[in-house]
Amino acid sequence: MLRQAWIIAAKDLRLEFRSRTAFLSSLVFTALVLAIFNFARDPTVLSGTDLAPGILWITFSFAGLLGLNRAFALERENRTLDGLLLAPVDRTALYLGKALANLVFVGTVEAVALPLFALFFNVPLLPVLAPLLAVVALATVGFVAIGTLLSAIAVNTRFAELMLPVLMLPFLVPPITGAVQLTARVFSGRPFAELSAWLKLLVGYDIVVVLAAFLVFEYTLDE
Amino acid sequence: MTTVESARAAVRTSRLLLGVALLLVAALYVRALAFTPVEAMQGPAQKIFYVHVPSAWTAFVAFVVVGACSVLYLVMRDIRLDRLAAASAEVGTVFTTGVLLSGPMWGKPIWGTWWTWDARLTSTLFLWFIFFGYLVLRGAVREPGQRARFSAVLGILGALLVPFIHMSVKLFRTLHPQPVVMNPDGPTLPGSMLATLLFGVFAFTIFYAGLVWQRYAQLTLEDAHAAAAAESER
Amino acid sequence: MPAAHPPDIASTAPALAVEDLARAFGHVHALRGVSFALGQGDVLAVFGPNGAGKTTLLKILAGLLRPDRGTVRVFGRPLVRGDATQRRRLGLISHASLCYDGLTAAENLEFYARLYALADPRGTARTALAGVGLDTRADTLTWTMSRGMLQRLAIARALLHDPEIVLLDEPFTGLDQRAAAALRDQLVRLRTERRTVVLVTHNLDEGLELATHVAIQVGGRFVALGPREGGAAEYRERYAAATAGAA
Repeated sequence: MLRQAWIIAAKDLRLEFRSRTAFLSSLVFTALVLAIFNFARDPTVLSGTDLAPGILWITFSFAGLLGLNRAFALERENRTLDGLLLAPVDRTALYLGKALANLVFVGTVEAVALPLFALFFNVPLLPVLAPLLAVVALATVGFVAIGTLLSAIAVNTRFAELMLPVLMLPFLVPPITGAVQLTARVFSGRPFAELSAWLKLLVGYDIVVVLAAFLVFEYTLDE
Repeated sequence: MTTVESARAAVRTSRLLLGVALLLVAALYVRALAFTPVEAMQGPAQKIFYVHVPSAWTAFVAFVVVGACSVLYLVMRDIRLDRLAAASAEVGTVFTTGVLLSGPMWGKPIWGTWWTWDARLTSTLFLWFIFFGYLVLRGAVREPGQRARFSAVLGILGALLVPFIHMSVKLFRTLHPQPVVMNPDGPTLPGSMLATLLFGVFAFTIFYAGLVWQRYAQLTLEDAHAAAAAESER
Repeated sequence: MPAAHPPDIASTAPALAVEDLARAFGHVHALRGVSFALGQGDVLAVFGPNGAGKTTLLKILAGLLRPDRGTVRVFGRPLVRGDATQRRRLGLISHASLCYDGLTAAENLEFYARLYALADPRGTARTALAGVGLDTRADTLTWTMSRGMLQRLAIARALLHDPEIVLLDEPFTGLDQRAAAALRDQLVRLRTERRTVVLVTHNLDEGLELATHVAIQVGGRFVALGPREGGAAEYRERYAAATAGAA
């Protein structure tokens, strides 16, 4: 099953790499949002580090949301989804493949956004890089897992681009809240003990979402 | 499959229950305003409590019904379960709105602000968003089988989400008054207030049942009409 | 490694046996009970107007849709929607190409070859392309291909895993004379290769001469079903009568 998931993910990534439109748009969007945030605050009143975690995660969320529908939207062209369903492919492998492709997509956007963020807001990343990356990875997994699942539903509706955020935003509260809290504590170098509650929340959420996705994904497909 | 006549009859019967429910709610108002003592610290504004808490209770019940029907639908594929879930979601949204409106109305005289991001109210806000997303999704999918399936998936996901929302919100500080009824040391409400509250919960539960039944009956009637129309087109 | 075909329950089991298939979408009854049985090498042409439920029938045969009622048996074994093993024996050629615009012809076929766990995906893809005369276009991006070329690619894709049963959904849609002729050649090949074929179309002129059996589907039911007897003219009459009655 993992093999099939990887075949599907590789195909998606090859398609994306060739056209590059969604990826580049997400990158430019990220840069724009970060730049606008700079003007959306009063630098004399609030220090950059107070708002930084929130700004970072809102940026990640918006840029991520843009890219998530891509995975299933591309299968509507020429009815390739039927082609996938005709093949002896496990339905869960299909979900996993799409989620993996989305993970790479969002992860790459984040990889570019993070240095940009450090640059714009003068936030020293290197001293806290390892824990920061761990937090980013944990939250992104939850974000992509639920987003891929919901987009499988959303692409079947008329206003898919609007439907996905409406459905998804409540599901972002636990991972984004956790991510922001953890990021803030990581930046200010708090001891690990203070992080454990939020970490448990994040990890628990990731596990529940991935398990739930494995269970219900097949019901999002026509039958 | 129900005929149009029997569906109409069901709608009429459901109105009876609704009538009874409305009488109970009216009785609640009378009791709360005239026959229950005024709370010492908060004054008359506290009486919103008798509407606010039962509303929250029914919103919770509505949500559980949606979750249960979602799971059962995917297992049993009975379209009536989907109808019940839809009815419960609509009614649940109304009661959740009630909680979100009565909360600030209570909060303003007591705490001085319309909105505070305290744990309970914030969780309820997100419950509202989940309900709303559910209804929007239903509105956006035309084919009944697909709509039922998608709604069921979203219902299950929503039900799984709620505990995480609670946890996330709780890890923030809270201003909400401590639970007065579900207190392990015993309810700290004096007798007559507790009685009014419990009566309120009862009245609102009947109210919820009446509304859901009527809505369910209406949906069944719509479906019966559609079936009759499809038949005549043959 | 691709799994060996599961053993047939009876050596005399029909290649494709369908019993009382029914399917509704909400209150729209697309299929109201269809039954037939085909031996290996039979070619069934199903003619019907739009809305007769032909595509629904094909989708159920392909395992893409679940019927509300009835069974489909492939070489004696029931087709279960979740069961992957049966899918190897079925191929679908639709009027959609089922190929990715952003990939080349070869990449599309390689992808599907890998998905079907075929040995030597690259080689199988190249052979398949040669089989439909697209080997010179192996590295062409699919979105640049003409309708005729796309149809050939779709055929190559459908036959990649050597299915014993081939389903065709309105395959002549949008094809010019030349491409239609090429498709007809392909269909003849399917017959010589003794594959079981179900061809669904609203156009009597397509596929009638290739068929061994003919069905007329109106309003979700077969109003006629039997071995092909007579020529196009007679079937045209029967078809007109059947569709007039349903109007």
